[in-house]
Amino acid sequence: MRHTIAVLVENKFGVLARVAGLFSARGYNIASLAVSETFDPAISYMTIVVEAKDEKVMEQINKQLNKLIDVITVTDFTKKDHLDRELVLAKINFLAKDKPRLEAIFNKFVGKIIHHKADTAIIEAVGDQHQINELLEELNKFGIKELVRTGKLAISN
Amino acid sequence: MIGARILLESLKREGIEVIFGYPGGQVLPIFDQLYDFDIKFILTRHEQGAAHAADGFSRATGKVGVCLATSGPGATNLVTGIATAYMDSIPMVAITGQVGTQLIGNDAFQEADVTGITRPVTKHNFLVKDVKDLARTIAEAFYIASSGRPGPVLVDIPLDVQRADTEFIWPEKITIRSYQPTYFGHPGQIKKAAKLISGAKKPIIYAGGGVITSGAHLELKELAEKIQAPVTTTFMGLGGFSGRHKLFLGMLGMHGTAYANHAVMQSDLIIAVGARFDDRVTGRLDDFAPGAKVIHIDIDPSSISKNIRADVPIVGDAKNILKQLITEIKKLPDTAQWLVTVEDWKKKHPLTYKDDSAMLKPQYILQQLWELTKGDAIICTEVGQNQMWACQWYQYLTPRTFISSGGLGTMGFGFPAAMGAKLGCPEKEVFNIAGDGSIQMNIQELATCVANKINVKVLIFNNGFLGMVRQWQELFYKKRYSYTPITSPDYVLLAQSYGAVGMLVTKKSEVRAALQKAIQTQNTVFIDFRIEPEENVYPMVPAGQAINKMIEGLA
Ligand SMILES: Cc1cc2nc3c(=O)[nH]c(=O)nc-3n(C[C@H](O)[C@H](O)[C@H](O)COP(=O)(O)OP(=O)(O)OC[C@H]3O[C@@H](n4cnc5c(N)ncnc54)[C@H](O)[C@@H]3O)c2cc1C
Ligand SMILES: Cc1ncc(C[n+]2csc(CCOP(=O)(O)OP(=O)(O)O)c2C)c(N)n1
Ligand SMILES: [Mg+2]
Repeated sequence: MRHTIAVLVENKFGVLARVAGLFSARGYNIASLAVSETFDPAISYMTIVVEAKDEKVMEQINKQLNKLIDVITVTDFTKKDHLDRELVLAKINFLAKDKPRLEAIFNKFVGKIIHHKADTAIIEAVGDQHQINELLEELNKFGIKELVRTGKLAISN
Repeated sequence: MIGARILLESLKREGIEVIFGYPGGQVLPIFDQLYDFDIKFILTRHEQGAAHAADGFSRATGKVGVCLATSGPGATNLVTGIATAYMDSIPMVAITGQVGTQLIGNDAFQEADVTGITRPVTKHNFLVKDVKDLARTIAEAFYIASSGRPGPVLVDIPLDVQRADTEFIWPEKITIRSYQPTYFGHPGQIKKAAKLISGAKKPIIYAGGGVITSGAHLELKELAEKIQAPVTTTFMGLGGFSGRHKLFLGMLGMHGTAYANHAVMQSDLIIAVGARFDDRVTGRLDDFAPGAKVIHIDIDPSSISKNIRADVPIVGDAKNILKQLITEIKKLPDTAQWLVTVEDWKKKHPLTYKDDSAMLKPQYILQQLWELTKGDAIICTEVGQNQMWACQWYQYLTPRTFISSGGLGTMGFGFPAAMGAKLGCPEKEVFNIAGDGSIQMNIQELATCVANKINVKVLIFNNGFLGMVRQWQELFYKKRYSYTPITSPDYVLLAQSYGAVGMLVTKKSEVRAALQKAIQTQNTVFIDFRIEPEENVYPMVPAGQAINKMIEGLA
C-alpha cells in the first residue's frame, strides 16, 4: 500500500542523504519525495510517498525515521485527514488548430497552457492524484513529449 | 585557542583519559597538541586496532571509548571497527582528520567522504566546517554516543578547522530537540505486563545486551527470584545474570544450550529485556515459541516488534522499567511445576563434549581457565568456534566480563579489544580466546601491547582451520574443505620477536600449568594450544530451522 508521510527535519546538510540512505539500505521504495525549507529556515519539510508491503514495514519505516537524530517529527497521513496536491508540467504536441479542443479539456479538467510554440505547448496543472491522472490521459491524446512532476505535497486539515 | 586544542580540552571535559589512534598529515595539529597534553595516547599499529581497542575499553568500563585517525586511508581503516561497535550498540567517538574545507570535494590527496562512508554504520556523524561549532559538536557527539541506545559517533575535522582560532566555550548542558530518548516505562504498559506475569504458568526471562548497557543486572536478579522464572541470555547478555545462578539456563539460540532453547519454545510468556530477537536467537521465525505471549522492554522502539510481535511493548531504560515492574507485580505466578520441567531438560540435555582423545580439547582449556579464575577475569574472544566455546564453557558472573563481537562477528576484534579492556581495567586479568585464523587479522597489535606494557593473555585455539567455516563445510558441503585449512607462524618465536612471551601446549596435562604461568607473567603472553583440528561446536541449530531442532553433541 502507498503511504504519504510528512517528515520534519533539522535543515542541515546531509539530512536528505540520511533519509534516502535509510530507505535504500532497507530496500524500501520511495515513489516520490519533495523537500523544502519551512517558514522557519532551521527546519525542512519532506513529503515522502512510500510503497510499504504491510503494516509491519510501515511501522519500521516510521520508527527508523524517528531514530535519525535530525528528524523532529514523522506523520503518516494515511490515517489522518489531509489534502494533497501535485504540480505537473507537460510538454505536448500542439498546433494552433488544436486550441479549442484543449480549452474544452480545461473546462472539465485542471490545467492551463503556460507557453506554446509552433508545434508544442507546455501545460501546467495542480491537483490531487485523481485529477492529475485524468488530465494526463486527455493530454496523451495529443502526445506527451516530456513530463515532469513535483511529487506529492500533503498537509493536514 | 586553536581547534586542535579545543578538541583536546573538550575530550578532557568529557573525562577522557585515553585515546587510541594513529597519526597522519591531516591530524598534525592535533598530534602537536597531544605531545604535551595530559591525556594518554596509545599508538596502535593499525587504525582498525585503534577502533577495536576503543570499543573494548568501552565494553569493559561502560565509558565512551575514543579513537583518532587521519583522513583517507586512516579513516577508512577505522570503518570495520566503527561498524562492529554499531552492531553491538557500543558508545564510541571516532575523530578523523579531513582535508581543508577549501579542498573538500576536489579529490584532494588522502580525501575520502568519511561522513558518507560511515553514515550507515554510525548512530550519527558530523563534519565540522567552522571552528566555532567544534566544542559544541564534541559535546553533542558524546551525548549522542552514550545516551538512549548507545552507538558510535564520528566527528570529521578538516585541517583548517584544527588550525583556526576561536574562544573555547564549553556547553554545560546539551539538549537536542529532535533527539529525546525515553527512559521511563509507560505505567499503563507496566500494569499490563505485571498482569501477564501474574497469570503465567511457564514464564521465561530472555535478557540481552541492554541489561548490561543499562546496568540492570541487580534488578534482573530481583525480578527472576521474585517470580521464580528461569533466565536465558543472549550472547550479548552474558554476564548480565550470574552464570552460576540456579535459575540460569545459559545462552539460547544457534549455539545455545538445548535446555534454554526448549524452555523458550515451550514457554507461555517471554519477558524480553534489552534483547532484539536476532536471527541467531530465533531461528525460523514462524516456528518461534508458538505458545508464548511477549513482553518486550527496550529503549529503542525500532527493536520492538521488528522480528517478533510484542503483546506488551514497553519503551524505556531496562533498569528503570524493571524497578517499576517489580513493585507492580502483586500476585506471584506459580512456576514450581515449570521449574521441574526445566530442571529435567537440564539433566537430559547437558552441554557435553567427548574427552577421550589424546588431543587437546578446547572445552577443557576453558574449564581449566574457569577453575583458575572463577569468573574474576575479563574474557574477550575472536570469532568462530573459539568464540562459541567461550560462551558455553566459561561462566560469566558479572556484567562486562565477556567481550566479543556479536552483531558483526568481526575476526580480529578480540586482541585489540582485550588491549582496550586491560587499559580500562588494569587490575583485572584479561584473556583473549582466539582462533588461529582470527589472531592473524590484527596480530600487529603485539607491538602495541609490548610497547605500552599492556599485559593481555592470548589463548590461541590452534586447530589449523578456519574452524567455524570448516564445520559448516563438514555438515552441509560434504566435507569439501575449500580454503579453510590455514597455516600459522610459529607463535612462540613470533611472540618472542616482539618481546612478549610465547608458549606451546600440546597435551592436556600441560594446560593448567601453562595458564598459571601466563597469569603470573608480567608481560603479554601468547599460548599456542594445539587443539583437536576437527572438533565441532554443539549444540547447533542449522540455519533457518526452529531452535529446538538442534544437532546435539555426541556425549
Ligand atoms: C558465530 C556467531 C554465532 C552466534 N550465535 C549466537 C547464539 O547462538 N545465540 C545468541 O544469543 N547470539 C549469537 N550470536 C550473537 C548474535 O549475532 C547477536 O549479536 C546477539 O544475539 C544480539 O544480542 P541482543 O539481542 O542481546 O542484542 P544487542 O545487540 O546487545 O542489543 C541490545 C538491545 O538492547 C537495547 N538496549 C540498549 N540499551 C538499553 C537500555 N538502557 N534499556 C533497555 N534496552 C536497551 C537495544 O536497543 C537493543 O535492542 C552469534 C554471533 C556470532 C558471530
Ligand atoms: C573479518 C571476517 N572475515 C570472515 C569472517 C567469516 N568467518 C567466521 S568464523 C571464521 C573462521 C574463524 O577461524 P579461526 O579464527 O581460526 O577460529 P575457529 O573457528 O577455528 O575457532 C570465518 C572465516 C568473519 N567472521 N570475519
Ligand atoms: Mg581456527
